[in-house]
Amino acid sequence: MDLQNAWAVAAKDFKILRKKSSVIYSSIVLPIVIGVAFPLILNYAIEKNKNGGMTAATIPTLMDAFSIWFLIGAVMIPTAIASYSLVGEKIQKSLEPMLATPMSDGEILLGKTISGLLIPVAAIYAGSILFMALMDQVTVGKLGYLYYPNWQIGAILLAAPLASLLSVQLNVIISSRVNDARTAQQLGVLVVIPFAGVYVASEMGFFQFSDTNLLIIAGALLIVDLCLFFLSKATFQREQILTKWR
Amino acid sequence: MIIVIDTENLTKRFGDVNAVESVTLHVEEGEVFGFLGPNGAGKTTTVRMLSCLISKTSGSARIGEYEVGNGADQQKIRRMIGLLTENVGLFEELSAYDNLDFYGRFYKLSEQSRRERIEYFLRLLGLWERRDAPAGTFSKGMKQKLAIARAMIHDPEVLFLDEPTANLDPEASKTVRDFILELKKEKRTIFLNTHLLDEAEKICDRVAILKTKLIATGTPQDLRRSLSRRKIRVQLQRMDDGIVRAVERIGFQVVEKSDNGLVINVGDPEKENPAILRAIMDVGGQLQFVTEIGSSLEDVYLKLVRGEQ
Repeated sequence: MDLQNAWAVAAKDFKILRKKSSVIYSSIVLPIVIGVAFPLILNYAIEKNKNGGMTAATIPTLMDAFSIWFLIGAVMIPTAIASYSLVGEKIQKSLEPMLATPMSDGEILLGKTISGLLIPVAAIYAGSILFMALMDQVTVGKLGYLYYPNWQIGAILLAAPLASLLSVQLNVIISSRVNDARTAQQLGVLVVIPFAGVYVASEMGFFQFSDTNLLIIAGALLIVDLCLFFLSKATFQREQILTKWR
Repeated sequence: MIIVIDTENLTKRFGDVNAVESVTLHVEEGEVFGFLGPNGAGKTTTVRMLSCLISKTSGSARIGEYEVGNGADQQKIRRMIGLLTENVGLFEELSAYDNLDFYGRFYKLSEQSRRERIEYFLRLLGLWERRDAPAGTFSKGMKQKLAIARAMIHDPEVLFLDEPTANLDPEASKTVRDFILELKKEKRTIFLNTHLLDEAEKICDRVAILKTKLIATGTPQDLRRSLSRRKIRVQLQRMDDGIVRAVERIGFQVVEKSDNGLVINVGDPEKENPAILRAIMDVGGQLQFVTEIGSSLEDVYLKLVRGEQ
């Protein structure tokens, strides 16, 4: 595996994405909105309930619930870039010349994975830093201590790249079956459903996003990622791409 | 004589369908080899097998000293060849320069070497002034030229060109053809997939006609000679039925007659023309001129793919 080749593929994708501003914006908007909007909402709620109503004990619960959105975002965001990156190549028929070079299938796949992963993960991390800084600013007066950083957000940020990787790999598989980036993205976004389900379950009190549970989720994601790695690698074979991909 | 592309009974099956069946061919170093055939004949599949893009079902193929299908040789073959795919497949958002630079990296060309080669090809193909323009803004001909430059960026010994002038206007086709002729002068081995017979006749040293199976191989001239009946046109001052009868009496078939001439099937005009002309003059025919009607590669091709031979 020549990492330089994989990086060249990713760098080429970044160059193309720079000219597709809508794809980039759609990737960075959600983490920034989560990072800024939730602290503002919490600030508004604290200000509104200055004279009681919201106790210091409820604030961490709210912050924990808000922070889970970074995990959901980590699954959702890569679909735009990953689907564009592969389906775009299919539409432009640029995969065949690339497959004719000495690059291995694995190197191309790794390059595609890097390009699908890097921007969303960077955006999630940047959004979470913003989130932590603003949340601390908003809540330190009420709590009397800085809530972030803590193990919970640490576990979320550990699971987030794994969730993004899952999303990217699923998109590789989906992209082999469709010829339209929008369809690929719409199908890819369906991966959010189980995460949203767990979130709803937590809101209803059936599940807790404790540090341990988040680590278990991270472990499960790692196992699913490994399975998907082999599946997407099996899908991303020269002969399959040229003869079976639609 | 060095054989650069060598196949023996090369076969590719997709399920129950034979896409390419028992193709045996030998292409020499520096040769421009035309691979002709109708759509769906298996030309692209053959090129894909030879470029190690898809596996062969059976048979063998070698590019230079490397075996197609042998895992260890695949990378070496890909380094040795350049492929112009049927669809140009450029990155439309990237500039012409960046398109070539991207591909140069996979052949481990140094930055300086990439720069030099990109400039050389873009200047050669008249695209240097547009090097920073996105490939998506190029005309079809310019895109095709850029795609050829991409296939050449690592200076390959063998070049596979799949329908290089398909969908191009006559001017762009000529530019691409001229470029291929330039490459021919450099003694590169070129494997040219085309269904344009005129193009094959102008460029290729030898051609093969494929219709899933290989149905003929040879120089365009040899194929014409061996597979089509030669004809002569005899122009006369005046025609009459006696002249036709005289020609037929000595065993030749008149295939066409007009007010002042006739077309006759002949086997070997150099040997048979004197007898024919003598017979015509003996019955009072007054000759103006005699010409051979050359059958084109197209005639041969159509006969072969329609199964008339």
